[in-house]
Amino acid sequence: MSRMSKSYRLKARAKSVWTERSSYFMIAPFMIAFFIFTVIPVVAAIVLSFTDFNMLQTPNFVGFDNYKTLFLNDDIFIIAVKNTMILAFITGPVGYIACFVFAWFINELPNKIRAFMTLIFYAPSITGGAYFIWTYILSSDRYGVLNGVLMKLGFLDSPILWLADTDYMLVCVIIVQLWLSLGTSFLSFLAGFKTVDTTLYEAGAIDGINNRFQEIWYLTLPQMKPQLLFGAVMQISSSFAVGAVPAALCGNPSVNYATHTIINHIDDYGGVRYELGYACAISTVLLMVMLIVNKVINKVLVDD
Amino acid sequence: MKILRMHKQLNRSHFGNFLVFLMLAVMGVFMGLPLYYNIIQSFKPVEELFIFPPRFYVVNPTGSHYSQLFQLVSDLTVPFSRYLFNSVFVSICSTGVGVLIGAMAAYPFAKKKFPGKDTLWRLIMLTLLFSGGVTALPAYIVKAKLGLINTYWVLILPSLASTLHMFLLRQFMLQIPDVLMDAAKIDGANDIVIFRHVVLPNVKPAWMTVMVLSFTHVWNTGSAGVIFKEELKLLPTALSQIAAGGISRQGASAAAGVLLMIPPIVSFVLTQSKMLQTMAHSGIKD
Repeated sequence: MSRMSKSYRLKARAKSVWTERSSYFMIAPFMIAFFIFTVIPVVAAIVLSFTDFNMLQTPNFVGFDNYKTLFLNDDIFIIAVKNTMILAFITGPVGYIACFVFAWFINELPNKIRAFMTLIFYAPSITGGAYFIWTYILSSDRYGVLNGVLMKLGFLDSPILWLADTDYMLVCVIIVQLWLSLGTSFLSFLAGFKTVDTTLYEAGAIDGINNRFQEIWYLTLPQMKPQLLFGAVMQISSSFAVGAVPAALCGNPSVNYATHTIINHIDDYGGVRYELGYACAISTVLLMVMLIVNKVINKVLVDD
Repeated sequence: MKILRMHKQLNRSHFGNFLVFLMLAVMGVFMGLPLYYNIIQSFKPVEELFIFPPRFYVVNPTGSHYSQLFQLVSDLTVPFSRYLFNSVFVSICSTGVGVLIGAMAAYPFAKKKFPGKDTLWRLIMLTLLFSGGVTALPAYIVKAKLGLINTYWVLILPSLASTLHMFLLRQFMLQIPDVLMDAAKIDGANDIVIFRHVVLPNVKPAWMTVMVLSFTHVWNTGSAGVIFKEELKLLPTALSQIAAGGISRQGASAAAGVLLMIPPIVSFVLTQSKMLQTMAHSGIKD
């Protein structure tokens, strides 16, 4: 009896696969590219992290050696973890709140100014390598914008080496990273504000909501939950992947590893030393951190 | 404070409005000044580039850095037109084909029921949780093993599988009323016909947005690290190579910076309202 129902179910399933064959046909090109360039690299990173792969010789299985070295004998990695955490826990939340607050403010502007301000705020994140401008602004001589202005105003006597003095390097990277952070989430929030049902505001005013903070807390936020979740995902994954900016501003390796991040560490071992197995172990660790943080934050936001 | 929209004057104090404007102005200067300064730098004659204190305006604007830039590019072994062709070719292939493939996949995920759909969708959503940067190294190994390095393919193929773009298209398609598709089905249309004549016209804002995002991504990523043959490099990579030529090229490098930011900014300005329409559906519903 149970065997019959099992084979029946199998047949039904095969039949629905056949009737939906056009669906499979339509997703096939995307799924093939997705598997080759997104799924396989993740699997490869995990598998190769247990080997001494170096691109030239056949990899040998080395068990957890890479992870042991990483956590027990690699002081630079610990510095990289520390810097990445500082960057993520500052630029992540601050960038997220900035996206929301400025989307909110810009949404209050009349149409024409709104489009212009949107461009001003969104432009840095889409102009790719534009952060190289900051090397002029933070340049170490008196022709650098920041040094020049501060010296002219009398705050400084001699120029500061913003990008080579360990006291300032990480702060500079944080500022540039924040400058770049009003990206996809910002646009998503802005669009979210536009779809909020504003008739609720009038009803709310009658019900005793008497300032704009209560309005945003009780009326707007609940309506924008889907966008807020999407923005959190975007913001978290980018704030843990900081690497290009510190490398461009301070170099890789930077002075005293003051702005060395996990991504920089991967590039160092993967791109420079060709210790790919080891570099894959670093990638795997960062991947797990991103997934866990994302899952936790998602839970917090959904439960609220 | 007339500038604020009148119907939202409810619950708005003048002091609050003032604070909002103040914050927008301060942040606006912080956001806009670096790009503005780059533009100004590119028009400064050499004697104005290195003066103390640095100026935020230009006295005698000159186009000489731009002509120097073109001079430097044409002195390379590969003609300028080749870099331009590479960029145009790669951009068209990856955005055009990428959007088509993404939209084709988004339709069944939005509107069809088929065995395995939920599992595949969960997998796709899982990869949204980490950025591509973290798997760049193993992805490079995969590309190298497939023999894609130093070919156009390495620039085109990976951009065909953007989960973010597919996600945005799918979220937008969820809004299409099922009645439209059912009506077409009764008229005897198959899925391909429905996709082409019902779905695509109804998600125009979404595919335009994804095209812009995809173009911006391809333009900004360039070909550094995967293309080492000069004749296959993209224009942005060639320009930044020149710009990296040291302090004597600061003017030319600023000019290169301005040229590089024009395409992404222009494409955003032209499609801003479409992009906001699309992003309105970007939310993740739990």
